Amino acid sequence: MPPAPQETATARLARLLTMVPWLVNRQGIDLAQAAEDLGVSTEQLEADLQLLFLCGYGQMPDELIEADWEGGRVFVGNADSIARPLRLGVDEAVTLIVGLRALREVPGLDERDAVDRALAKLEAAAGEAAAPASRVLAEVADDTSADLLARVRAALADRRRVHLRYLVPARDEATERDVDPMRVVGIDGRWYLEGWCHRAEDTRLFRLDRVEELTVLDVDGTPPPEATERDLSEGTFRPAPDDLVVTVRLLPGATWVADYYPVESAEEVPAADGGGLLVRIRTADTAWLRRLLWRLGGRGYVTEPADVVAEVREGAAAGLAGYPDHVAGRR
Amino acid sequence: MKTERLLNLVLVLLYARRPLAKAQIRQLVPQYGQSASTEAFERMFERDKDELRELGIPLVTEDIDVLWDDEPGYRIHQRDYALPDIAFEPDELAVLGLASRTWAQASLAGPAAQALRKLRAAGVERDTDALIGIEPRLRTAEPAFDAVKDAVVRRVPLTFTYRRPEATEGSERRVQPWSLVSWHGRWYLNAFDEDRQAPRVFRLSRVSGPVRATGRPGSFEVPADHEPRVMVGTLAAAGGQPSPAVLRVRHGAGHALRRRARTVGDVDDTWSLLDLDYADLWAFAEEVAGYGADVVVEQPAELVDAVVERLSGAVAAHGGGEA
Repeated sequence: MPPAPQETATARLARLLTMVPWLVNRQGIDLAQAAEDLGVSTEQLEADLQLLFLCGYGQMPDELIEADWEGGRVFVGNADSIARPLRLGVDEAVTLIVGLRALREVPGLDERDAVDRALAKLEAAAGEAAAPASRVLAEVADDTSADLLARVRAALADRRRVHLRYLVPARDEATERDVDPMRVVGIDGRWYLEGWCHRAEDTRLFRLDRVEELTVLDVDGTPPPEATERDLSEGTFRPAPDDLVVTVRLLPGATWVADYYPVESAEEVPAADGGGLLVRIRTADTAWLRRLLWRLGGRGYVTEPADVVAEVREGAAAGLAGYPDHVAGRR
Repeated sequence: MKTERLLNLVLVLLYARRPLAKAQIRQLVPQYGQSASTEAFERMFERDKDELRELGIPLVTEDIDVLWDDEPGYRIHQRDYALPDIAFEPDELAVLGLASRTWAQASLAGPAAQALRKLRAAGVERDTDALIGIEPRLRTAEPAFDAVKDAVVRRVPLTFTYRRPEATEGSERRVQPWSLVSWHGRWYLNAFDEDRQAPRVFRLSRVSGPVRATGRPGSFEVPADHEPRVMVGTLAAAGGQPSPAVLRVRHGAGHALRRRARTVGDVDDTWSLLDLDYADLWAFAEEVAGYGADVVVEQPAELVDAVVERLSGAVAAHGGGEA
């Protein structure tokens, strides 16, 4: 990933001051390899080395930094005063300390001892920058699935296929499937198993708190080559371009929906028109949406498309038919 | 050009054995020598000094010596600049890597990666990541995250617009931000609300519009007994006494209800009868209404009423009920 195009001079300086000690300790490293490990493009790294080459504690040749990358191997010298990294900044210390503390709380983690040792050394190294970390606290996921988490990790480590009995609440369905585990991810407060699902013949994410039963099979669980990890930067929900777009009006008491469900856009409705939000939801399946709207009991409603409006209305009416006395009383 | 100037300035000040006067610095850093006037140079140097300090570079002002006593000198002490030399074991580096990647999809991805690179700078072994088998991920999708995080870290008072879920319009809040907590997948701000003169918890996703700093860093103290997680936890709905319910549930449906039922019996080919307990009438009525025609409440009457109200409301809101 290249640095943002608008990288400021100070941001670049900070990056260079980290890069120099890293390179000094890896003399002769392959240029492309160094660029990859440093998270920049090869062109960017060459530009950085070019810049270093022009800098020094004076302008005599023996006072300048030596930078050489001819033949694709990187050498950096005469940079003794910046051969050690700058101390950790506050954000840097906070991210690692908060991350380690979150890791510590992962149920059944075998590496807890390593986490504690790393935390102690890091806090000592960070000095004053470590103090604000006590005011930022992150929980990766709740610990309701501790036992399951341990078994899934074991299956992953041993490359075993697992059999799941898995609940799909949106469709109110319990499904049986064989899965080749790819990774265990903790995101948005929950643990997920990502794996190749032999039933769907595709990569799927399974929420561990919805796994009713898990059996580790005595079968090799290496995922097929076409199994690719999903990009989770936008969360666990993956809308497809050909999904249906449903517009839902949320009255003021129901705007929490926009926080909990994947909405594509949300527009505030002026108070004069009753307030709340108008949201657009992209989805392949309206089953979960119908259920959500029945739960909201009129505090949210679909404005379009018309067939979804009808689906919600008819489903709710069918539910009411279970209470003939009440419905008769209302009419 | 500016990066070269700043880097040269750092190198010159780190190399100096004694504090350097401004005139000496101007000679040693070629980019300063090129500035037209002494005034222009001095303005530039003042800005550069501030920017280096912003980055955490310990640029200090010291007396040069008795002969130069009216002019201050500048330098950077190596001992204050450099990260202490700490050797991490391979398993420690592996968990540090995991801690850093926890932020890989968050706005703090840059500092997290930079920090790891600093700690690994001296590492001779290849930067491999031992397979721990889990990937924790923190996200910071809330637009207010960065501004609020900076304020929490630096203890800067804030003003922002906050929209409560039941309110149509947001209200302006003036707070002393105490701590930031990711809990159940969401970020919360614990703060002291200056207008209400009481501690309050804010969900970051409900902060709308810009977040404004309204004071200097360190302008308030966080109470020594403040416990971030405990304070956020008070948000959780207070669970009431559990009440019993009897539900009729269609075969092949209501899986989540069946999972927590005390007893499940089959009535006929279509229906099962479930006994279970619920804590909150309205929350449970919503859950039951979500099953539509697959779940019917038998008892108690108040739950029947609550479910009927939900479903009737949904019918009316979707154009039904006039018939």
